[in-house]
Amino acid sequence: MATTHTYDALVIGAGGAGMRAAIELSDQVRTAVISKLYPTRSHTGAAQGGVCAALGNTEEDHAEWHAFDTVKGGDYLTDQPAAQLMAEEAIDAIYQLERWGLPFNRTPDGRIDQRRFGGHTAEHGERPVRRACYAADRTGHMILQTLYQQCVKRDVRFFNEFYCLDLLRDAHGAATGVVAYELATGELHIFRAKSIVFATGGYGRMFSVTSNAHALTGDGPAVAWRRGVPLEDMEMFQFHPTGLAKLGVLLSEAARGEGGIVRNKDGERFMERYAPTIKDLAPRDMVSRAIYQEIKEGRGGGPNGDWAYLDITHLDPKVIEEKLPDITEFARVYLKVEPTNELVPIQPTAHYAMGGIPTDVDGRVVEGAAETPIPGLYAAGECACVSVHGANRLGTNSLLDLVVFGRRAGVDAARHVKEAPLGDVPERPTERTLSMLNAVLERAEGENAADIRKELQANMFDLAFVVRSEESLSKMETIIGELQERFGRVAISDKGALYNTDLMETVELGFLLDCAQALVVSARARTESRGGHYRDDHPLRDDANWLKHTLASRNDDGSISLDFKPVKMGPYVPMERKY
Amino acid sequence: MATPADVLQDSDARRAGGAAGAVTLTLRIRRFNPEISQDSWWDEFTVEADPLDRLVEVLHQVKWYHDGTLSFRRSCAHGICGSDAMLINGRNALACKVLVDDVGPRVTIEPIRGLAVLKDLIVDMDPFLEGYRTVLPFLINDSGEPDKERLQSAEERARFDDTTKCILCAACTTSCPIFWGDEGYIGPAAIVNAHRFIFDSRDEGSRERLKILSEKTGVFRCRTTFNCTDACPRGIQVTKAIQEVKRSILFDRF
Repeated sequence: MATTHTYDALVIGAGGAGMRAAIELSDQVRTAVISKLYPTRSHTGAAQGGVCAALGNTEEDHAEWHAFDTVKGGDYLTDQPAAQLMAEEAIDAIYQLERWGLPFNRTPDGRIDQRRFGGHTAEHGERPVRRACYAADRTGHMILQTLYQQCVKRDVRFFNEFYCLDLLRDAHGAATGVVAYELATGELHIFRAKSIVFATGGYGRMFSVTSNAHALTGDGPAVAWRRGVPLEDMEMFQFHPTGLAKLGVLLSEAARGEGGIVRNKDGERFMERYAPTIKDLAPRDMVSRAIYQEIKEGRGGGPNGDWAYLDITHLDPKVIEEKLPDITEFARVYLKVEPTNELVPIQPTAHYAMGGIPTDVDGRVVEGAAETPIPGLYAAGECACVSVHGANRLGTNSLLDLVVFGRRAGVDAARHVKEAPLGDVPERPTERTLSMLNAVLERAEGENAADIRKELQANMFDLAFVVRSEESLSKMETIIGELQERFGRVAISDKGALYNTDLMETVELGFLLDCAQALVVSARARTESRGGHYRDDHPLRDDANWLKHTLASRNDDGSISLDFKPVKMGPYVPMERKY
Repeated sequence: MATPADVLQDSDARRAGGAAGAVTLTLRIRRFNPEISQDSWWDEFTVEADPLDRLVEVLHQVKWYHDGTLSFRRSCAHGICGSDAMLINGRNALACKVLVDDVGPRVTIEPIRGLAVLKDLIVDMDPFLEGYRTVLPFLINDSGEPDKERLQSAEERARFDDTTKCILCAACTTSCPIFWGDEGYIGPAAIVNAHRFIFDSRDEGSRERLKILSEKTGVFRCRTTFNCTDACPRGIQVTKAIQEVKRSILFDRF
């Protein structure tokens, strides 16, 4: 028998967005946070380089320049009013973090220091600007710690190592609760609430080379999707150019912000050819594609000719020690390379999902082209698609997204709590979850989940990564179908109730397969190249036909329908994206 | 002066020496599952691995292809989330920061000590986090909020830089013999997190924290064995931080 808990508001996920929402909520209403990890294990902590706001602490800057850069960086798929709002609220959001104790690096006069980052410019692309506020190269770690500290101060109620496996909706479609699996005991819990905020993070683990944690399996988007919520712009995935070769561990763009250079096997600074104005500080999608082009033309290094190199050997050792200590250590520990006098082998790594659960600027989950809100349901952070990142997110805008839209979702979720009655949950709320878990637990023999996961990841890397085509994507769609079918026959060896990570990893694989399917179907439909989505059979952006968001929905028979909605435009007229 | 191409050639040459194909690694793992037995037992697994593979990925190979019941925590796999602290060949470390090359050809893996083992390498983190909460680990400043940021000089910021690196992995606390023996001791990680605020020029809660830390469960339990400093995967000078807090109680603030 499942235990039932009733709160005013639930937050699913305890990373930056979830805890920022929880802080806002718990000041006003009875709130619980459900997280499959201990809060400080969340992947917000892996973010390195910075969080941006036009504070203008070291040189002239304006929120309007930031909004422009965000729209252009997103290759004009960004909803412009959302980008404007984020750039404006960024300033107070950063000051708030500082007042909560975040230890930002400082300018000589004691203010928050700022540095350069890819795609952030002054005067609409004229020159790089110092906009990224940072704490060495562990800015995400400091945001996660600071938000957790504020949660401790407020005595926020956490249910740690609880996996959210299902969303409950009432007869009118309103979100009324979730079903969660307690890892420690194997018991199911029903959580009822008036407002539910999904903040579960991304799904980079569908690719073999990724900067993402093992935990990033798209749980939130998949759970919502299985309950009829469409997913927006799933084809828009960011491949970060500087992942450690083979491993995908992230080397922050801050390395380039501080003056680092990307080179090919001949030692050439090839970005001079691709982005003559801002060179190595071009946005991530462009640098990743440039690396692919260099590799394709035979200028990649390493045993298979598929590496580029990050060069920080010319930087002042003091800068490396004070501003880039962690990434320097990653190179030393994992590749046994000394970055102060050797080049670090890199390759593009699956990094960030621009797409996800569609929301408005108040974090409300919205359905269809009409953007009808689902009462009580909210999403924020990487699992959500506002869309502020469009087709390509600028570096440092993700941490900003977490605090700006995490707060906004919390504010509106609290408002909703005060206005709405507690909704009904279905009669047998755990039915679907139980049948899903029992099917796996009761099967004596079958497919190995690890084999399916490995095949998914390897094929997504080969067929749906930096460069895609109708041929590669249709092949991938077929492969996912086969993997889904095999997944239906998975058996595991751990049949126990306590800490059954075997079972949870299998459930997570199911979530990943769903997200991958939505990604590939959406990518196949989008017959153009825009931001992180590059099709070599449709290499140009096509504003006449594709200046719109994709919305993928799953039909009852498992097939996928696509719908579209227009991009919300504003002052910025789409133009060719040059840097 | 060396050209980038020279540096590159040099880099490639050095790396070639490091990765010499797969090696055989035998893992000896202490197992525990109260659903099966109240006693722990040892299992041995032999796998092929790349010398540069992280131990956490070798554990995945065991879990995914040899024994799915093997249970451990992990997430980021690159030393920042703090999930996978384990006792590896007798020393506390994060399994994702130890490479096969560092331990082969045999490695013994046990759960971290001093916290109740719940299953295999998973321990009860609640007492550890309770210690952390005791030291009021959040900025205390009741002097009103400025419109913008509070000012802090680079020197003031540097004063507590080291202790801001803590990821709460518990490697330090569970390597401390005093913590093993005395359930009341708050442990190194909690003190590190107290230090992070005590030496932050913006914080006004030091008096309260130092009072908590001067109690018998506090810093004076420390016998400076330096195990904590050796164990810290983030390179924090933990023992030094504890000594600074002790000194602060004795000379500065009380």
